Amino acid sequence: MSRSIYSLGFALVLFGCCAGVGTRAGETERIRISAEAWSTTPPIPIAMSGYSGEVDRVLRFDLEIAGFKFVGESDPSCQYVLKGGNSGQVEGRLTDALKRATLFAKAYSGGSVRGQAHALADDVVLAVTGKPGIARTKIAFKVTHGQTSEIYVADYDGYGAVPATQDKSIATAPTWRPGHRTLVYTTYKLNNPDIVSHDLDTQERRVVARYSGSNISPAVSPDGRRVAMVLSKAGSPDVYVANIDGTGLKQLTRTREDESSPCWSPDGRMICFATRIDGRRTLAQVPSDGGAIQRIATSGVVNPTEPDWSPDGRYIAFTAQMGAFEICLVKAGGGEAKLLTTGEDPCWAPNSRTLIFTKRGSGGKRFLSLLDVPTKQSKDVLQNIGISSQPSWAR
Amino acid sequence: MVCRSNEFMKRSAFLNLLLIGLFVAAGGVGCKKTKKPVTPLVSMGSRVPGSGAERRGPITPPTVPEGANVGGTEPTVATPLTDPSTGFTPQADLETIEGMIPDTAHFAGQTIYFEFDSSVVRTSQYSQCNAVGDDLKTKPEAKLMIDGHCDERGTEEYNRALGERRALATREWLIRYGIAPERIFTRSFGEDRPADPGHTEAAWAANRRAEFILLLPPK
Repeated sequence: MSRSIYSLGFALVLFGCCAGVGTRAGETERIRISAEAWSTTPPIPIAMSGYSGEVDRVLRFDLEIAGFKFVGESDPSCQYVLKGGNSGQVEGRLTDALKRATLFAKAYSGGSVRGQAHALADDVVLAVTGKPGIARTKIAFKVTHGQTSEIYVADYDGYGAVPATQDKSIATAPTWRPGHRTLVYTTYKLNNPDIVSHDLDTQERRVVARYSGSNISPAVSPDGRRVAMVLSKAGSPDVYVANIDGTGLKQLTRTREDESSPCWSPDGRMICFATRIDGRRTLAQVPSDGGAIQRIATSGVVNPTEPDWSPDGRYIAFTAQMGAFEICLVKAGGGEAKLLTTGEDPCWAPNSRTLIFTKRGSGGKRFLSLLDVPTKQSKDVLQNIGISSQPSWAR
Repeated sequence: MVCRSNEFMKRSAFLNLLLIGLFVAAGGVGCKKTKKPVTPLVSMGSRVPGSGAERRGPITPPTVPEGANVGGTEPTVATPLTDPSTGFTPQADLETIEGMIPDTAHFAGQTIYFEFDSSVVRTSQYSQCNAVGDDLKTKPEAKLMIDGHCDERGTEEYNRALGERRALATREWLIRYGIAPERIFTRSFGEDRPADPGHTEAAWAANRRAEFILLLPPK
């Protein structure tokens, strides 16, 4: 049912675009294509009642960032109704008003109240969209205190943050090893920017790359077996790939430029990164087993950095530096870029739909924010542990 | 366009250096031609003195007594060579500076500064680099760490790569000045260690820098 709502909105936008540019034949094709990729989808109306306090707040946060909007039950647009309560355990019953059908009715126990509310939100998302929610996912990010920084792990909304490092050094650029409770990041603890992998269960840390020069910007392959990173031991910052234990090091780029921020295609075949070609900053990709460097066009924006490939393989989110920093999207093959919002360092959620990114406030303050790409609904992550940046979504 | 002019500046800087070098050499003062020990590189088919006879001699038994000096008598020194495809010189292993004592104060007055989003060592910064190079020539036992830094106006990991380029460009300058590549190491701090925590043009200019840290052997 939800699919029909989506496609209805989708068709309307498509129709509007094509109709609007009918006389400008030259642009029609381009806009028709971009209408598919970039149109803003209307949020899904839902009515909710019976919840209070923290549970109410969690449900509203989770569902709005999942692309819902809250309306009254009598609102003619309202298709879904969530009723329940949280006196004692969290309970919820989701009904489809059009079909007059109960989609689910559940009570949640165990864990924290926030956890129960997140579980209910995920059930609503799954029942309505057919896709798993993200309300119980984790993020890792960098927290800066003056001259030092640590890596923290938290719920995706910033709650329950715990430090993964307590080195009083610089720890930076955290990234998850897919499918493991392991982070890979750069630490200056041994007086050099080195890349380490850190098992969050055993707290064991192993060096992945500690070569002379800088060892920075790690990204673990989707299968969790390899690490792409930027090393400068050869005299220029280049992209390398190695096994997760640091063995089998291979240099993938050999340029005079400073490569940065490698990321993987979901099939593990390509590595996308930021570099400079013919004097212009650009995104590029190189086969992860080695091969020719290929430019990824991002027309319409300049100075792209910090690419992140969506888990479904369709898009690359990145930062464009054009006065302010802008979060942008481009199709994975390159093409016209779409500006989404002001911010930097985007990272995809496992649902290939939500982005987490860094926002800059006044006086150097940085904090994390979430964006639901289809509806453009946005929410700031809890800010209570200091300057936060470089979010990485566990996936 | 920016890049081209940077390239041009690099090239002209290099030419300047060459000219200065020639001039100094002609004057017969200072700046001796490389002090590097000549390192014989063994390649396929080349003849290393003293080894020919052994090659043709009896086959070495499979077991070698521990500590035996098999083959040549001179210890081998590996010197990193410039990669012709990039023009950059690889860095020596980190182990070679393990245990060395950093002195951050020694070259504190020689910090050099960069233009926005650039890693070109400007001619206005040459005098500081000269001072560092000259000092290193009087301290053959010492080594050098160059820390590259950025202002806050780039994305974080882009800045970390840019800071590294700044440190590396400074290193290449010193290599051309005659300091052995294996003595110079680089690190980038990106925007993590601003010299001035402010958010003004002046603060940014003060933060786009490369700092020199003298590494002394342990006593």
